[in-house]
Amino acid sequence: MKDVKCECGHVNPHGTVLCEACGKILDERENKDQLLDMRYEGSARRSQTYNKTIIDKIWNFFSSVKVGVWLIIITLLASILGTVLPQKMYIDLPPEVFYEQEYGWFGKLYYQLGLHDLYGSWWYLLLIAMIGISLVICSLDRVVPLYKALKAQRVTRNDGFLKRQRLFGTNTGIEDKDLHLVKEHLKEKRYHVREENGDLLAEKGRFSRWGPYVNHVGLIIFLFGGMLRFIPGMYVNENLWVKEGETAAVPETGDRFYLQNNQFILQHYDKDQNKTFEKALERAGDVVKNYQSNVVLYKRVSDNLPGEKPELKKVKEYKVRVNHPLTFEGYSIFQASYRSELKAMSFFLLNKNTNQSVGELKIDLQDPKEKYDLGNGYAVKILNYFPDFEFAKDGEPSTKTRVPNNPAFVFQMISPEKPEGETSFVAIKQTIEPFGDNTYKMAFKGIETKNTSGFIVRKDSTLWAIILGGILFMIGVIQGAYWNHRRIWIQQKDGQIWIAAHTNKNWYGLKQEIEKVLRDTKLNIPEDQHQNEKSDKEGN
Amino acid sequence: MAALSSNLLFIAFILYLVATPFYGGAIKSKKELNENKGTNKWGVIAVALTIVGFIAQLGYFITRWIAAGHAPVSNMFEFTTFFGMALVGAFIIIYFIYRTSLLGLFTMPVALLVIAYASMFPKDISPLIPALQSYWLHIHVTTVAIGEAILAISFAAGVIYLVKAIDQTKSNKRNFWLEVVMFSLVAVLGFVVVSTVFSATGYHEKFNWTDKHGKVNVMEYTMPALTGPNEGELLTNEGFKPLVEMPAIINAKKLNTVIWSLMAGLVLYGFIRLVLRKRIAAALKPFVKNINLDFVDEISYRSVLIGFPVFTLGGLVFAMIWAQMAWSRFWGWDPKEVWALITWLFYAAFMHLRLSKGWHGEKSAWLAVIGFVIIMFNLVAVNLIIAGLHSYAGS
Repeated sequence: MKDVKCECGHVNPHGTVLCEACGKILDERENKDQLLDMRYEGSARRSQTYNKTIIDKIWNFFSSVKVGVWLIIITLLASILGTVLPQKMYIDLPPEVFYEQEYGWFGKLYYQLGLHDLYGSWWYLLLIAMIGISLVICSLDRVVPLYKALKAQRVTRNDGFLKRQRLFGTNTGIEDKDLHLVKEHLKEKRYHVREENGDLLAEKGRFSRWGPYVNHVGLIIFLFGGMLRFIPGMYVNENLWVKEGETAAVPETGDRFYLQNNQFILQHYDKDQNKTFEKALERAGDVVKNYQSNVVLYKRVSDNLPGEKPELKKVKEYKVRVNHPLTFEGYSIFQASYRSELKAMSFFLLNKNTNQSVGELKIDLQDPKEKYDLGNGYAVKILNYFPDFEFAKDGEPSTKTRVPNNPAFVFQMISPEKPEGETSFVAIKQTIEPFGDNTYKMAFKGIETKNTSGFIVRKDSTLWAIILGGILFMIGVIQGAYWNHRRIWIQQKDGQIWIAAHTNKNWYGLKQEIEKVLRDTKLNIPEDQHQNEKSDKEGN
Repeated sequence: MAALSSNLLFIAFILYLVATPFYGGAIKSKKELNENKGTNKWGVIAVALTIVGFIAQLGYFITRWIAAGHAPVSNMFEFTTFFGMALVGAFIIIYFIYRTSLLGLFTMPVALLVIAYASMFPKDISPLIPALQSYWLHIHVTTVAIGEAILAISFAAGVIYLVKAIDQTKSNKRNFWLEVVMFSLVAVLGFVVVSTVFSATGYHEKFNWTDKHGKVNVMEYTMPALTGPNEGELLTNEGFKPLVEMPAIINAKKLNTVIWSLMAGLVLYGFIRLVLRKRIAAALKPFVKNINLDFVDEISYRSVLIGFPVFTLGGLVFAMIWAQMAWSRFWGWDPKEVWALITWLFYAAFMHLRLSKGWHGEKSAWLAVIGFVIIMFNLVAVNLIIAGLHSYAGS
């Protein structure tokens, strides 16, 4: 493959459409159009030049913006599918049950097609990966030749190049002082003006041409950051439940950190205190104001020996609230949820005839005593305790779990009248006296609850890449969108002054600027040949 | 303070409403309306009214912020109203770049509809749930709304392009779809009208109904129930008996509202057609006759270029930062997050198509319309239909 030498003397790489230096058309196919296609400066792009080997073909496939746009559109449509029903991370039941139960045959189909985990599916990840590859190849295919072409451009341009710019005009009989004035104006407008044999090239905002490539690099780093998550140890995401008053090791810290939960606080908005929100609260009912766990973070100072109680040193006290995680050594502890457990129940022992209490007792639901002595010959024995009561299939009382969700007791009530005791079965809102009428009963007095805070422990060592990628993307996208690359050529051709101008976007702005640059001179404003061309076609 | 706030909003709405016909007048009385600068008397009045209205609405925003103690962008009413304000703000900025009154004629009605739509939702100042108690609420939500509003300007410019470019003398797919766009706007008006009428008459009826778990609940309708809830039993005397009963899986009440809005939209649209005796788009044609197509195309593209970075910053970057703090992960595939991604992907595709495939002019205008449809879907449907972490905005 030979390089192409232009008549201006510049040697262009094979495949160049417009000479990098003077802009002469080197590829005859380009000739039929009236205006030049100025994208990528008519530079030699690999994808447009080679198509022989398998590598060429892959390169050409991914370097095509058309393919890139298709990938974006397919990803877009696929993403829509995933929002039709809740994804698996937002459901409480096992997916094989949930979707059919909630959404019938449609839900079942949704689940069977794997749409319940769409964003984690291999084909969605493949789409994202292909977009990543497309980003890399598209950018490389264009940025290198574009850079070379912009670097090699000379001030004096080929006639054909100037004539076929969108903005073009000629002038005769112009004095030097007008050209001087234009040059002054251009400099005022912060153009970088180069001069060669009386020809001018004014250029500004070239750096905006790099915007797309900068933002693509940002996206690639971002996607790379997303991939890092698959490396073990880079990403920790664990649930941690700690009861009030208890201390637990923070998972994935190698038992180096311990968290003590002193208190969980749940606050609601109060209608009477917050008059502003009165109406909204009447409509919505209870609205939570705050979820908070008062915790103490400890660090283990002793060696980690199995079976030995660790020696802890207090690091800090913190109030973990939503939006205010506790952070230490790259770990963050978030307030995620809570649950409230019954801790204790208290009862009166009541004489049914007189309705008088003869004593009261408090039962620790985690650790009930066998017998509670109330004095004066009164006592209550617990014959049986079901923390999470249900009737088993055979009709016998039993317990589902050891968690006191629905406690039930078989009491034996001992009194001076009935020293041998009366038996009573007591569950929530339910009393059964299995051996006929009793004289005494257990009357419910109250409960005590104990909260358990649900935390999420997170360590994300990929965040730096995500942040860097995001920042680069924003810089690139702003650079490309808010600045324009404008060039104005003012050249001497056969005693005439030719003016041509090009911008990569915002032609309206460029035209306004040219008007200002040419003010107070005899130079004519160049015409917009794009509009002329259009009206020619429309036949007006 | 709260009362002052809602008065200011009302004043703003009226000012916008009054300004709109002035934009029409600005065009009618102008012979040459190309890229030349200078606005006539009508145009000056229109823009002045718009700016005063915008200041009034800014006053609403600030006073409500003071009254609530947080930026009023925390529920459907507040967010949508803010979006309407951002739309007017974005228009004012673009107006001062391009100096075209025509854009006002197409943007202001959209802004009016948005604000009217917003006021159909409960307007009470609501307290913030813990996840929302963060200064990122202000930063994230306002940036998103501003970004979307700038993108919406490209829709207005796109519609102008289509009205001008599409031949209305014959029937084809293009003017059918353009008319669908017009009808959608009328249907929003339909929603506003039926909601206002039924709430003014205080219509109420209650049902006992069985949900999909077999539980019996009470559902209250504020419009006569055309579609009744599953196994619904009318509790209100002389209440309207549903024409059809919906299965439990469908929210019969929301569907009922949609049907009423569409019916009202159809009636309104029929009436408009009867008066105009031609398609709405055809009736708008005289307004756009002097505008240059390339010029509108450029406004549309420029709005996307300005809006896209703002939207990315608010809808993705700030959103991720806040999500990392509030929910411990910067991205969780919540429907709202996904729809922000979809919007972003769409506009990314838009810009690539324009750059590489040369999709200028009409194709680009259609894309601007689709983009706005996606934004509206994200605002309306994702909040009201698809449940997710962001569904608090639906209350």
